[in-house]
Amino acid sequence: MNPSKPAKLPSHQAYLPEDIALDYQSDLGEPGEFPYTRGVYPTMYRGRPWTMRQFAGHGTAEETNRRFRFLLDQGQTGLSVAFDLPTLMGLDSDNPLSVGEVGKCGVAIDSLHDMEALFQGIDLARVSTSMTINAPAAVLLAMYVVVAEKQGLALDRIRGTLQNDILKEYIAQKEWIYPPEPSMRLIVDTIEFCSRHLPQYNSISISGYHIREAGSTAVQELAFTLRDGIEYVEACLLRGMSVDDFAPRLSFFFNSHNNFFEEIAKFRSARRLWARVMKDRFCAKDERSWMCRFHTQTAGCSLTMQQPENNIVRTALQALAAVIGGTNSLHTNALDEAWALPTESSAALALRTQQILAHESGITETVDPIGGSYYVEALTNRVEVASCDYIDRIDAMGGMVAAIERGYPQREVQEASFQQQRQVEKQESIIVGVNQFTEESDVPMETLQIGREVEEGQIKALARLKSKRSTSHVRSVLSNLKRDASSNQNLMPPLIEAVRSEATVGEISEALKDVFGIYQEPLS
Amino acid sequence: MTMKGRRIRVLIAKPGLDGHDRGAKIVARSLRDAGMEVIYSGLRQTPEQIVKASIQEDVDAIGISLLSGAHMHLFSRILELLADEGAEDILIFGGGIIPDQDIPQLKAAGVKEIFQPGTHTDDIVQFLRNHVTPIDSEKGEHSL
Repeated sequence: MNPSKPAKLPSHQAYLPEDIALDYQSDLGEPGEFPYTRGVYPTMYRGRPWTMRQFAGHGTAEETNRRFRFLLDQGQTGLSVAFDLPTLMGLDSDNPLSVGEVGKCGVAIDSLHDMEALFQGIDLARVSTSMTINAPAAVLLAMYVVVAEKQGLALDRIRGTLQNDILKEYIAQKEWIYPPEPSMRLIVDTIEFCSRHLPQYNSISISGYHIREAGSTAVQELAFTLRDGIEYVEACLLRGMSVDDFAPRLSFFFNSHNNFFEEIAKFRSARRLWARVMKDRFCAKDERSWMCRFHTQTAGCSLTMQQPENNIVRTALQALAAVIGGTNSLHTNALDEAWALPTESSAALALRTQQILAHESGITETVDPIGGSYYVEALTNRVEVASCDYIDRIDAMGGMVAAIERGYPQREVQEASFQQQRQVEKQESIIVGVNQFTEESDVPMETLQIGREVEEGQIKALARLKSKRSTSHVRSVLSNLKRDASSNQNLMPPLIEAVRSEATVGEISEALKDVFGIYQEPLS
Repeated sequence: MTMKGRRIRVLIAKPGLDGHDRGAKIVARSLRDAGMEVIYSGLRQTPEQIVKASIQEDVDAIGISLLSGAHMHLFSRILELLADEGAEDILIFGGGIIPDQDIPQLKAAGVKEIFQPGTHTDDIVQFLRNHVTPIDSEKGEHSL
């Protein structure tokens, strides 16, 4: 199938009452009521502002621990862990493929020791922690559970979110390990385990962020994300779980990009669409199952290397759209992220942007301040209709895994990204400082540097670990893990055992690769 | 006899562990649209695999896309392996999240150009046309 031309939603000169065919109760509802277009909670930010959750991680666990404490001291209200690429790919720091990558894009975690160092001195009863990890998500969840236990925290008090969304990896971000079928099984295992033992923990964060970063339109971001959500719900139902046992703990993650009103409309229609899907398609009865609760990050791909201070303004506008759109938590990007990972001062400024919105702008005074706007309500309707059209097409292909195997969402996103690049190059879309209002010389930026000593340190620590732990015990837990992976046992208990035995992320992932195989991208 | 010039052959390569292929795919398509022959390596290729492919495919240039911060190691490794193979005539250029301060060292190591975010794809096309003269390896001479 040829990819469709990504059309920009056309705008009228002005919007009129007849442009919004709305039934207030069934299309909007009061805030906190079905279909939650106006927000998932009745009081929203009047009760408490959104969670300010800055994604952070670089170098060693000790360095990232320092950045976490710095951010908490600056008034951040939740943690969000960025792992390095070897960890995201299930490789240890001493793997030949990890050379040059250790600690670069996030924190290097090889074993339980690193995970303990990461949260050293941070009371996990008092913060919620989001972990951006996908293919090895179950392994890192097992580590978090063991660290929490060591702190004396009961499992039912653990709060946080596991990204755990492999479908958007196949579509967009492309950090996969195993093929779709065993990957989906691992995800259902974690959702099932969390529904039994971690009632306050979001077992998955179904993510459009990366789809948008790969170049999709707002509609594609929303449609593919919600269709991914449908795929996970169906997989859990096939396992025999009942929908209201797990659906309240499904969470979402969206991008907030430049087109201010379109983004607000996207957030509002996300809530309405998901509520309708859960109620009508899956017959969920618990109203918490209907709620699309989501985290938002401002658009990394909108940041420019040229005139980097402009990024402060872009980020503030994108953050404003997310807050007017009713996000539950927010990450604001730092001005230097088209150059490198943020420095301490740029990370603090990004957090200050949220604090100014929350405490100075007055937008927290009422819920859904833009509800009833002719333009925004018309856009909300249009985004929903266009998204449903994509969802129907993917249903007709037999679901998202089938669509991914045909390369469908991948091609749609690639085409949209190419068209956007063309528009920028033909100056049909303006990027200040890049294709208009340019300046000759840019002042060089101070950027964060990660040295080779991080890699050397991790390699030495791994060697020490392997000489001290009981090799025979590690061997036996890994062989139990492989046995259970070949059966249909839930893998969380053997993964927790493996982590406790000080088996590394790489060893555990290797054991699972032996059973599950590895994913090969379809040629497109 | 008038010989038709061989088309410029380029390998667009993604070394390292990062899966962000948006830029690589846009550059590959733009070079193809400009009439070049483009081979895309696919994700997570080792420097060894990239150098082997570039020699097998007889390319004139390798464009390396990297957003993970591992550019100092991976670019140098590719250049080393090319030198070992006596293939230093293959032109190396790159793009991705690469800060200004790393560029002089990369250029000193033999990278011809680094294209940072915001680059117009026409500039990459023009750069290759200016710096690459396709060599017909069977005849060992420059085609016209």
